[in-house]
Amino acid sequence: MSQRFHWLFFLALAAIPALPMGTDRGFVLLLLTRAIIAAIAAIGLAFIVGAGGLISFGHAAFVAIGAYTVAMLDAAGYNFLPAVLPAALIAGALFAAATGAVALRTRGVNFIMITLAFAQMVFFTLGSLDSYGGDDGYTLAARSAMLGWQPLRTPAGIYLTSLLALAACYFLSRTLIASRFGRILRALRQNRARVQTLGFNVFAMELTAYTIAGAIAALSGVLLANATEFVVPAYASWQRSGEFLVMVILGGAARASGAPMGAIIGAFAVVLAEEGLARVTEHWRLIFGPALVLAVLLARRPTA
Amino acid sequence: MTPLLSIRGLHKRFGAVVVADNISLDVYPNTIHAIIGPNGAGKTSLVQQLSGALRPDAGTITLAGTDITRLPIHRRARLGLIRSFQIVSVIPDFTAAENVALAAPPKIAAAMLDRVGLTAHATARAKALSHGDQKKLELAMVLAARPKLLLLDEPLAGAGPEDTAPLIALLRDIRTDCAILLIEHDMDAVFALADTISVLDGGKIIAAGPPAAIRANPTVRAAYLGEDAPC
Repeated sequence: MSQRFHWLFFLALAAIPALPMGTDRGFVLLLLTRAIIAAIAAIGLAFIVGAGGLISFGHAAFVAIGAYTVAMLDAAGYNFLPAVLPAALIAGALFAAATGAVALRTRGVNFIMITLAFAQMVFFTLGSLDSYGGDDGYTLAARSAMLGWQPLRTPAGIYLTSLLALAACYFLSRTLIASRFGRILRALRQNRARVQTLGFNVFAMELTAYTIAGAIAALSGVLLANATEFVVPAYASWQRSGEFLVMVILGGAARASGAPMGAIIGAFAVVLAEEGLARVTEHWRLIFGPALVLAVLLARRPTA
Repeated sequence: MTPLLSIRGLHKRFGAVVVADNISLDVYPNTIHAIIGPNGAGKTSLVQQLSGALRPDAGTITLAGTDITRLPIHRRARLGLIRSFQIVSVIPDFTAAENVALAAPPKIAAAMLDRVGLTAHATARAKALSHGDQKKLELAMVLAARPKLLLLDEPLAGAGPEDTAPLIALLRDIRTDCAILLIEHDMDAVFALADTISVLDGGKIIAAGPPAAIRANPTVRAAYLGEDAPC
């Protein structure tokens, strides 16, 4: 798909709620909303994996932090979206900056393990929050709203809001990748010493990229909490972090330059394949696993 | 004339191995200062300490009046200390033009590509270039970064005979813009280019001076130049 036609993809998705779907409408929209929300987080991960070469195995933690920000403000009686959203983005960015400052001192497998460790810390911390239901999670009293206007109230509303957020993240990611910052990230993934000795503070650049990815994931978490009206520590589980990596790898974004469309396609493929295969058999992972291996083996090597 | 780079009493040891033993030297603006010495003499360790990849145990490094001994790599680079690598170091998947554009705006980048004679290969990926051209590309990158002092670690290593002469001419030309600290094994090139030569052996500077004096120095001849010395 040529990049020029990517806007057609968003347009087609935007038209879906207008289609006649009868009684399945709520289910279809929620399924697609889940795919869109996953795609948002995957875009952030694709950016740091593809452009920066930073394979984070703890991406779900940022999503959970965004979702729990909604829950905590909800418990305190706040559901004003223009306040909830920035609070969640800041929480995600702060956690990414703090953990990234430690994790980015390592490379390769160590980086994978340390990001996993931080995510597990989040997972167990959330599970110990009794006032938010502990392991059982917390049901929102109300969805985020704006002064009486409630764009997130109906399935179509949350679907279209998520789609808008996805499009925004897509263009943000495209812009970042094409920017000088993105080019230097791609260069330092290939040859760190060279970029460093040209005068670039590579640590600060990687930390910036990591923080941006954390904030994007938190946005995904805000939407997830509102779509499900529920938050649970499992949002931060390592399985979910793994799923995000699968989406990124499946979409080919990990090997290209972090291109967001790959991450979107990967996220849709994973969410829809899980749903479809789960209808055929409860042992759907037996099919999904080998299919993933095949997809990676058969994937065409990109030129860049 | 005040030196651009001043090294005083540099010490570095790894266990029992002393790689820098009280090294002191000065590099003056618009000159080429060559460091020669047998393998294991401590040349690469010296480059690492100057670029910031290795921290010396003792001693100071001053660049244009600023003490850079404890500065991180990128801060030194921003002060104008730019290095090339012994093994050619470019961004393989970037085109030649994109490589140079990392260090400078496109206009300056294009001028630098032209200066090293790679304009015809501007849109070729770096990994597709010949080894000699990759060496030239790395030179264009470091030049685009506006160096005050270029740290060149064996710029001629691996270059074919047809590349050597143009590279030597290029290095001589670069001297009009900045100072060069040159680590090189090609003695013909060193004696053709250097204004000053320091001879390193066992982490110690055993001789320093203009090329003619070094060539005549009996200690140097015994330690390094041997019978193959160009006379």
